[in-house]
Amino acid sequence: MLSDITIGQFFPGKSIVHRIDPRAKILLVLAFIIVLFIVRNPVSFLLIAVFLIGAYIVAKIPANAIWRGVKPILPLIVFTSILNLFFVDGEPLVHWWIFKITAEGISVAVLMAIRIVCLIIGSLLLTYTTSPIALTDAIERLLKPLKVIRFPVHEMAMMMTIALRFIPTLLEETDKIMSAQKARGADLETGSIVKRAKALIPILIPLFVSAFRRAEDLALAMECRCYRGGEGRTRMKQLYFSRLDAAAASVTGVLFAAAILMDIFLPKFI
Amino acid sequence: MSDLIEFKHVSFSYHQMEEEAEPIPVLHDVNLSVKKGEFVAVLGHNGSGKSTLAKHINAILQPSEGVVYVDAIDTRDDNMIFEIRQHVGMVFQNPDNQIVATIVEEDVAFALENLGVEPKEIRKRVDAALKGVGMFAYREHAPHQLSGGQKQRVAIAGIIAMNPDCIVLDEPTAMLDPHGRREVLKTIQRLNKEHGTTVILITHFMDEAASADRVVVVDGGKVLMDDVPKAVFLQVERMKEIGLDVPQVTELAYELNKAGVPFAPDVLTVEEFAAEFKRMMEA
Repeated sequence: MLSDITIGQFFPGKSIVHRIDPRAKILLVLAFIIVLFIVRNPVSFLLIAVFLIGAYIVAKIPANAIWRGVKPILPLIVFTSILNLFFVDGEPLVHWWIFKITAEGISVAVLMAIRIVCLIIGSLLLTYTTSPIALTDAIERLLKPLKVIRFPVHEMAMMMTIALRFIPTLLEETDKIMSAQKARGADLETGSIVKRAKALIPILIPLFVSAFRRAEDLALAMECRCYRGGEGRTRMKQLYFSRLDAAAASVTGVLFAAAILMDIFLPKFI
Repeated sequence: MSDLIEFKHVSFSYHQMEEEAEPIPVLHDVNLSVKKGEFVAVLGHNGSGKSTLAKHINAILQPSEGVVYVDAIDTRDDNMIFEIRQHVGMVFQNPDNQIVATIVEEDVAFALENLGVEPKEIRKRVDAALKGVGMFAYREHAPHQLSGGQKQRVAIAGIIAMNPDCIVLDEPTAMLDPHGRREVLKTIQRLNKEHGTTVILITHFMDEAASADRVVVVDGGKVLMDDVPKAVFLQVERMKEIGLDVPQVTELAYELNKAGVPFAPDVLTVEEFAAEFKRMMEA
């Protein structure tokens, strides 16, 4: 039951989008987010949307994956839209009791909704096309300069790797413990929320004990394999920026520049 | 041949958390030497000190008294610890708890990355190690997609990538099904035969011990017997006394002998038993 949960939502593949260096992808997504919050005109957003859809098609990500990503944040979008709709000042179009809807309010609501949706779809493209291990690797390398201020970059990346490694193992274990407790008559599915939360205790305690035991074993095994932190460590897989990355950066760069330029000359939402 | 590993009057006690509590003694005056290329099985029931013994070989533990030499290096020398751990690799019981990375080949590369080996060289040695244990086809799999035996072979590959002189395996097959056990055992035997790697196999399984060059029996923190498998397993009564078994066919031969059947007692494998049985029938 629990083993159905997939980690991250990586769709393995060999498309151009998959093959872009993970560091380049992270930086491009960051640039994308900044552009999203600069531009305010419909044509720029149309351009961005076309670009996003094109990227999804190239990466061969199924359309329902986009929907699955957007669905959980729909309430948030509706909520912010309603707030913007009623609480932005301006010429009232409709006025009823204490509620008034302004043209500005509608514009802001639409703008924010489009921004959030684009934001989600754009960053999902990163996790859909990059394996968690590649992401961790890229983050470690991108944050390397922070070592100067004694930020433990390597240790953080190592913790992320080990967490990723043990998620499936611990899920499997949770499943086993749940079955074992059910076999002893534990009731996990009925009763009030408080009762069900209490029923989780006999599952969490064995899970914690076992996790600590695993941690001890793993530490020993790492020591036996000469682990001594990030100092003097090399990596088997090197990351190289290739011509593909340069091409991807130029294409998106031109696009982002176009989106911002259009924003200067075209009528805006607000 | 020179001794690769040498224990000289080694004693060890665990210190307890409370300061005033007496340390718990685990090993008493252990003397043991292992030659290059040997296949040594270590037998002993739970709590006999066999795992503690193993942890002394790669300086995870250091003796309270006495000395352990690995390739003539004293394990108490803190500057040489990583040197020693490169010489002696260690594989543990639970395959899940010793795999660090989320991809098989990355895990095999772990030790070499720690040692600061050049990336190209790592690639070469990782591929060779994976081929050595027959897991090359699975190099891009995630560990949780593999069976127990396969995971244990990946763990072994992670060790042999370091090119150690010696591998210590602490009950590597205890958590595996019969199929996985066979896979792992075959891999270990091939390493010993083809690459001349010294193997120290700690085990519960008598048939695994029967295939070794030498069997060391540990009980109560002392080395009780240290001889070729035949000499050890012939002492059926003594083995039973300390709570250990002998291979089933050896016990059967022993019982036949006791019942007055003229049956040679020194059989360790089913094949040997069959040959002896045939000889007896024809006689």
